[in-house]
Amino acid sequence: MEQLLENFSLDLFVKQTVLFLVLIFIMVKFAWKPILKALNDREEGIKNALDSAEEAKKQMQNITADNDRILKEARAEREAMLKEAREIKEKTIADAKEEAKAQADKLVKQAQEAFETEKQAAIAELKNQVATLSVEIAEKVVREELSDEKKQLKLVEDMLGEATLN
Amino acid sequence: MSNKRMKAVSKRITTWSLVFFITFTAFAKEVKKDPQGKHEANPVNTQEEINEFIQHHVKDSHDFHLFSYFSGGEEHHVGFPLPVILWGENGLTAFMSSGFHHDDTGHTIVEKGGSKFVKLHGKIYELEAGASGVHFDEEHHPTNASTPIDLSITKSVFGILVIGLLMFLWFSKLGRQYKKSAIPNGFGRVLEPLVIYVRDEIAKPNIGPKYRKFTGYLLTIFFFIWLSNLLGLAPLGFNITGQLAVTAALAIFTFVIYMINGNAHFWSHQLWMPGVPVLLRPVLAIIELAGTLIIKPFSLMVRLFANITAGHIVVMSLISIGIVMQKQMTPVGSTALSLLLSLFITLIEVLVAFLQAYIFTMLSALFIGMAVADHDHEHDHDDHGNEIPDAEDVRADFI
Repeated sequence: MEQLLENFSLDLFVKQTVLFLVLIFIMVKFAWKPILKALNDREEGIKNALDSAEEAKKQMQNITADNDRILKEARAEREAMLKEAREIKEKTIADAKEEAKAQADKLVKQAQEAFETEKQAAIAELKNQVATLSVEIAEKVVREELSDEKKQLKLVEDMLGEATLN
Repeated sequence: MSNKRMKAVSKRITTWSLVFFITFTAFAKEVKKDPQGKHEANPVNTQEEINEFIQHHVKDSHDFHLFSYFSGGEEHHVGFPLPVILWGENGLTAFMSSGFHHDDTGHTIVEKGGSKFVKLHGKIYELEAGASGVHFDEEHHPTNASTPIDLSITKSVFGILVIGLLMFLWFSKLGRQYKKSAIPNGFGRVLEPLVIYVRDEIAKPNIGPKYRKFTGYLLTIFFFIWLSNLLGLAPLGFNITGQLAVTAALAIFTFVIYMINGNAHFWSHQLWMPGVPVLLRPVLAIIELAGTLIIKPFSLMVRLFANITAGHIVVMSLISIGIVMQKQMTPVGSTALSLLLSLFITLIEVLVAFLQAYIFTMLSALFIGMAVADHDHEHDHDDHGNEIPDAEDVRADFI
């Protein structure tokens, strides 16, 4: 202890205290303050950069997800549109077919009807003609048959003979 | 541009190698002694002389002594004088320490400004008016001399100034570099991680959220002690942190800071410890106060002083093996042994230099942290309304 006290120099203690106090103030003012501030700023900057990178990543993910969703929706929509178009096409074709069929049927029917009418008309005409012809023929035949007496008589006889048979 | 840079680098290398060459030759010459010297100009080669030399080295001195050598039976000292500044009975006096001609026994008298000064065991005395020499009492204390206020630039003060200047140059340059870019270059890249280390590993964990206010002090103290320790390891003869006065001043700085910044919570735990029986509280207050007022600063002071002084003594003793053991081991053997051992211890001392700076700073931060800590967490209360300390409090009380 005595040795310790003997080693202790009050002069040096005072000098060290004063010099160290000065050193602390100088260092704080000219070194530590700017250094710590710069370090803090830099760390803050790095933190912010990391945060914003994270944010950007999140946004990117959102955008990608949105894109995927939109793509999916678009695809579904396209699918639906195609399906609808196909249906419309089929329906149109079917309708057209039906209409065509109906039209054709109608035409056929009209044709048949016209044909029938024509036929009836022709038949009627034919009947008339046949009748006229028949009458004319009959007239001619009758006139021929009845041109001589013998034949008239014979006819009468035949007719009477038939009548008897009946 | 690169050519210019190359030139600067090579210039720096030249300077450094010059420094190394000088210090190395200084060291080499100090060890290599001429055995043929006379008694008056005797090289340091006996055990007692070496002891004295080591004792002398670990103390502060008024001149800067690099080494001595002998030629023609005469001792030559190589070094440079330092200014002696005294405030004595006739006011301020200043002269160079070379005035004492390396005399440390009080024989050489320097007359300056109407006063007579002598140097005795590293201390400067002012002789009483009319005295022509020092008179001693039985215990070899001077009887007719007084001690003036010594403001000299002693070896330690010189070292303190050198370290202060180095710290200022290095770190203010680092501080200025940040104005240009966020990342320093050159030597600043070495310094920056150290600053971050002190801030993140010492200040932040030990002080907590209020660390910013004390970081400047902790950085200053850390780099001051570390550089002082390292400078003490260089063969220049510095022993700054091995001076009790220096470590006492540093310890008192920490003491004052934690005394000033201690909050109500700290003082309530110091003086009237909650959570213990009332009868025990005065006893605890005495223990706590003894710890805070005496033991903590005293341990800071003695730990650093003892470690560094012991380191210096051990290194010098191991080096002196080369001289003392020559008879027993032959000069080659003793030199080899002393080289090996002193190299090993010097490497350990490099570690100790950092470790002691770290410990001093860490403990300072811890003491400050204990004084400023906010205990805002809720305590559990027992049936009598006393706080039940949780693990965190118990830990805080024990460290």
